[in-house]
Amino acid sequence: MWDSSMTIMLLEGTRDTLYMTLLATFFGYVFGLPMGIALMVTAKDGIQPNSKAGQRVYAVIYKILDVIVNITRSIPFLILLILVIPLTKLIVGKSYGSAATIVPLTIAAAPFIARMVESSLKEVDRGVIEAAQSMGASTGRIIWSVLLVEARTSLLVGVTIAIGTILGYSAMAGAVGGGGLGDIAIRYGYYRYQTDVMLVTIVILVLLVQILQSIGMMLSKKLDRRR
Amino acid sequence: MEPIIRVEHLCKTFDGRDNTVHAAKDISFDIERGDIFGIIGLSGAGKSTLVRCLNLLEKPTSGKVLVDGKDLMTLSGKELRLMRRDIGMIFQHFNLLMQKSVLDNVCFPLKINGIKGEKAKKRAMELLETVGLSEKAHAYPSQLSGGQKQRVAIARVLANNPKILLCDEATSALDPQTTKSILSLLKEINEKYGITIVVITHEMSVVQEICRHVAVLDHGELAESGTVQELFRAPKTDAAKKLILTGTEQIERMHGEYLIRVTFGGQSSFEPVIGNLVLEYKTPVNILYADTKNIDGNAEGEMILQLPEVKETADRMIKDLKAKNLGVEVLDHYVG
Repeated sequence: MWDSSMTIMLLEGTRDTLYMTLLATFFGYVFGLPMGIALMVTAKDGIQPNSKAGQRVYAVIYKILDVIVNITRSIPFLILLILVIPLTKLIVGKSYGSAATIVPLTIAAAPFIARMVESSLKEVDRGVIEAAQSMGASTGRIIWSVLLVEARTSLLVGVTIAIGTILGYSAMAGAVGGGGLGDIAIRYGYYRYQTDVMLVTIVILVLLVQILQSIGMMLSKKLDRRR
Repeated sequence: MEPIIRVEHLCKTFDGRDNTVHAAKDISFDIERGDIFGIIGLSGAGKSTLVRCLNLLEKPTSGKVLVDGKDLMTLSGKELRLMRRDIGMIFQHFNLLMQKSVLDNVCFPLKINGIKGEKAKKRAMELLETVGLSEKAHAYPSQLSGGQKQRVAIARVLANNPKILLCDEATSALDPQTTKSILSLLKEINEKYGITIVVITHEMSVVQEICRHVAVLDHGELAESGTVQELFRAPKTDAAKKLILTGTEQIERMHGEYLIRVTFGGQSSFEPVIGNLVLEYKTPVNILYADTKNIDGNAEGEMILQLPEVKETADRMIKDLKAKNLGVEVLDHYVG
């Protein structure tokens, strides 16, 4: 029963899981990072522009982003997976397999990431932002040189959490033919009662999360100059 | 000459959930070019709000702030940013970039101003030299003491050659020794570069140490303003009197009917005024407190006396002291 083809399958599953997770995290940040920054900046206690008109524009942007993020966050991932199938087909060309899973993963991850980025940036000392403002820094400069720099350790911890969560989501995608370790666990463990295969995939998943978590924490610690 | 900062009828209110706080009520004053101007008040007097209105970190509800003749409220976002490069600010909690080295912190305002690379580094090193911290260039703020952090903040604020330097409780988180060294650095900067300095503080000693002019704030209102010497010798308002006496806490415990505060500057510091008084009246007076302070380069004496408890004698003594051109105030109503 347990032969080299099984090992190869598990290795490929691991590879697919990593592929999905890392790419979805990447794309999740491509959309989520700007969204998170925008949420922080346009919030009432964010970095308000000088003019009244500008402040109104900010308020509108914040409201729109806030609603989008909340809506997306409240759709269960399994439902989202099915809901976005037309879009997935449009982008990837098919609705099953690892590559196709990246689309719903990204859509689910982006608002989640946006919220984490927002909260990381909100941790940045108000006084440091004001110091930059008092020097005549533009909002863009403050985002780039103050917020992202001062919050970098917190942002990195966020990345680690995001990877862990997306890894979990990717396993869920296995239920609808998403590929990767989740797919294997469901096909062998659930449909064929091969508990040993399922257990091995669990061990691999635990190890993956563990390793990624350690790397993230190590990096964030190393980059922290506050101690 | 036109004042570098002119504040006209400035009001600032904060709308709370169920009340409105008036942090500044119809405040007007001028700050002259090259001055060291103190704004003093107890906590909650509205001094931080006021100083933050001077670079529009806080927007006044009404009134005008003119810097170099320009009304800050009428500037566009971009114009305001350019203007702010002329108005530096240092803070109670230093507000340095914690993830950046000392050198990068000083380079930051240069970067905002479009100066990069080696040129910025060279300028930053010069500034660190000015504040006496060049050997800490590659350290991080978390490795520095409070005084050192404030020095970095001062180097940073000098980077773009500001015309004005706002200090928001800049020494309040520092011990007395460090406070002294930071204040003398500020004085040096004022003299060397001609930068106008605005000092916000709740400590009279800070004002006495470096300021030439002072404004006293009390519950959002400008109680009085003038030279530091005037304030020290003859405080007009209760708010000012309170602030002057906070430096001499032991007085709080002194009771008595004929308690007076005598101030004397210049010549009279050398005359045995009290000795003569005692000889003349053949009645002892009780010296409860005495100190000499250096105010804007002049020796100013301060003494708290308890006069004999005979009203006529006490009144005559007060009259005599006043005749000798000394500042005399009866302390009864705000001591104890």
